[in-house]
Amino acid sequence: MAIRRGRGVAAINYPTGMNLGGDPTQALVHSTPTGNFMVTLSSVDLGQGMKQIMAQICAETIGVPTDRIVIDTADTDTGPHCMGTFASRGTHRAGNAVIQAAKEARQVMLEVAAEELEVDASDLETDGQGNILVKGAPQKSISIFDVALSAHFKRGRSISGRGMFLIPRSYPEKETGAMKPSTCYAHACTVAEVEVDDETGEVTVLTVKNVFEIGRALNPKMVEQQLVGGSWMGISHALYETTEPYYPNRDHGGTDFNQYLMPGPGNLAETEIIVLERPSADGPFGAKGPGEMCANPQIPAVANAVFDAVGVRIDTLPITPERILRALKAQATG
Amino acid sequence: MELRKSYFADVRKDGLNEIGQPRPRLDSPGHVTGKTAYFADRNFPGMLHLKMVRSPHHHARIRSIDTSDAEKHPGVVKILTARDVPHNVYTILILIQIGPEDETVLADGKVRWKGEAVVAVLAETERAAQEAAAKVKVDYELLPAVFDMEEALKPGAPIVNEYHGQNYYLYDSGECRKVRFGDVEAGFAEADHILEQSYQSSPIEHAPTETTGCVVAPEGNDRFTCYTNTQAMFFTLDNASIILQMPGSKLHFVGGTVGGGFGGKVDVIVEPIAILAAKLTGRPVSFIYSREEEMQISSPRAAEKVVIKDGVMNDGRIVARKVTGYTDAGAYSRHSPYGAQKGAAHYPGPYTIPNVWIDTYCVYTNRTPSSAMRGFGVTIGDFALEVQMDKLARLIGMDPLEFRFINAYRDGDMKAHRQPTEGAALIECMQEASRAANWPVAEKYMALSSYRKGA
Repeated sequence: MAIRRGRGVAAINYPTGMNLGGDPTQALVHSTPTGNFMVTLSSVDLGQGMKQIMAQICAETIGVPTDRIVIDTADTDTGPHCMGTFASRGTHRAGNAVIQAAKEARQVMLEVAAEELEVDASDLETDGQGNILVKGAPQKSISIFDVALSAHFKRGRSISGRGMFLIPRSYPEKETGAMKPSTCYAHACTVAEVEVDDETGEVTVLTVKNVFEIGRALNPKMVEQQLVGGSWMGISHALYETTEPYYPNRDHGGTDFNQYLMPGPGNLAETEIIVLERPSADGPFGAKGPGEMCANPQIPAVANAVFDAVGVRIDTLPITPERILRALKAQATG
Repeated sequence: MELRKSYFADVRKDGLNEIGQPRPRLDSPGHVTGKTAYFADRNFPGMLHLKMVRSPHHHARIRSIDTSDAEKHPGVVKILTARDVPHNVYTILILIQIGPEDETVLADGKVRWKGEAVVAVLAETERAAQEAAAKVKVDYELLPAVFDMEEALKPGAPIVNEYHGQNYYLYDSGECRKVRFGDVEAGFAEADHILEQSYQSSPIEHAPTETTGCVVAPEGNDRFTCYTNTQAMFFTLDNASIILQMPGSKLHFVGGTVGGGFGGKVDVIVEPIAILAAKLTGRPVSFIYSREEEMQISSPRAAEKVVIKDGVMNDGRIVARKVTGYTDAGAYSRHSPYGAQKGAAHYPGPYTIPNVWIDTYCVYTNRTPSSAMRGFGVTIGDFALEVQMDKLARLIGMDPLEFRFINAYRDGDMKAHRQPTEGAALIECMQEASRAANWPVAEKYMALSSYRKGA
């Protein structure tokens, strides 16, 4: 009887979006009289940070700091249509809609600035700090604050824009299954290292080394929170979670967090996250959807590592101590 | 976390002002100081509490419902049954023409899973609603139930859901979604080895910190504001409009700050009945799942079974892959027909295989309806595919990581669902994993590129 060590690898891809249902999201952007920008959406922030990412996308596109952006979302009286926050589509779809709306608003903003500065709008650029400058002559400039005041009170312009992202619905071909279920794909490869106690069947995940390719890390800190949380969820899925210890009824399933088994802080693996960025052709600044993908590769990587450690295959999730002990027993007697 | 900027640097524009910057989240100070308002923080004068009477049986005919004792319970204001719901039979995906309507808001004549909503009780307090719900008497005639997908698909199995007529979802392609690419039998005939294996999973919970629910307030002008933690505002509004037979202009949904969803808040379960209750009583209504309901009643990830048969050559090339996937929808469709067909497009995995044959089934059983969850339609497939890859590598005596390099898809490769590969990056992820995990592979694999340069 011993504690045995093993490691396993898994590599995956993951689709962004839900083209099998049609995939629209819309956005509106407008400036307030003081040159802040309001982004109006119906997309939902589930705690992953959608509002912050939309603010950064809008700020980058218009050319202002992120704290000049206000996000108004998830009110059906004010927000235009969004299919919803799922299918790893939030950042990708809503982000594209925000870019389009922000570009239109930026164009009006530059036109008003051009009138104030008596130059051509195409000769203007933003400095990212809240000012509009004449290219090559930065001393000739106007603040976005003053442009907004002029637009609202003097020139009668609305600095606003409309944005939308629509993937027409893909209908699978009946005989061949030809279909376009998504646009871009995120990628991942995980190597998990485990210890298996062949007396108790207990698995300890020592390390997970996760490499995620996500198109573009729009906000690296928020990417990290998502990817670390997802990795933990994958390990939990592999080794702990089930609604039904006594298959197949649900009668004995958990009713609270005391009974529903998930790893606690003491069970956390040492988690290394490495991010690669291959921008997707249709993503906002190249971003793909990493939200779901990040919880998938740990599950087979852990399963393969368990085999590497003790030489038994557990092909039924979760990989419980009981299943491991039964397999070890079968192996010994077989 | 480390960003490895050396990969794909030639196709990426760095140095932007806001994008790529680790700005602090605008809502995190509110979250960590407890000041963020969630839907359940809204409290209205005169608010009623809704509790459901739920089926204690997996499959039963409802002979009668007696609410007389419950109505007399102190604090009870109204009791709703199936006949109070204007369009009681619905299905969420009818909005994208995936039917038939197969689920009742409140059970009508029959229950098909243990926990199904039968009667809604509205009372002045949560406790009164709970106590009154316990006094509702439902007379059930038990019916045979089926819990296992293989049992459900056998001839003569009890029919779970009459709206389908059989225990599987009928796609336009027949009893399953099919993918056919190349000639899989010819591939097997050519293969040096064939390996067929089965993989299985059981349901898991989304386990969000914030349980599912909504608070509905009449606006006083025939409009109703529904504060909810749905993941999809208009999906919910449009479905509520159909169920309640109310114009969408009468419905106002407010959401947007949610304490975790993971796919568990895509179903449209709480909002329509709460809006109906507010309409019929003229009072605000709160319907919030207890933790026990969240765990036992809300839809989990589906149990799945995946059978994979692969033909592989001694040099590591996979030449044929046949996959049959079964998704346990439970008693009702919800989003499962969608998930099963999303899985069909995914099953070959991120590998280039010339001959692929896939069938995915969405199966009905008398279990808790499953629905969307993080990685919907794909997660268990990835588990099955990647354990299978490990077995195949060991079968031919090859390093598991090198085996994946041989088969990894690259730009321009045709996938089984007939989309050319674009933006591939699997090779690079594996190269970086090889370095990070100190798992060396032959130099020729480290020289590969998803662009196909030097292939």
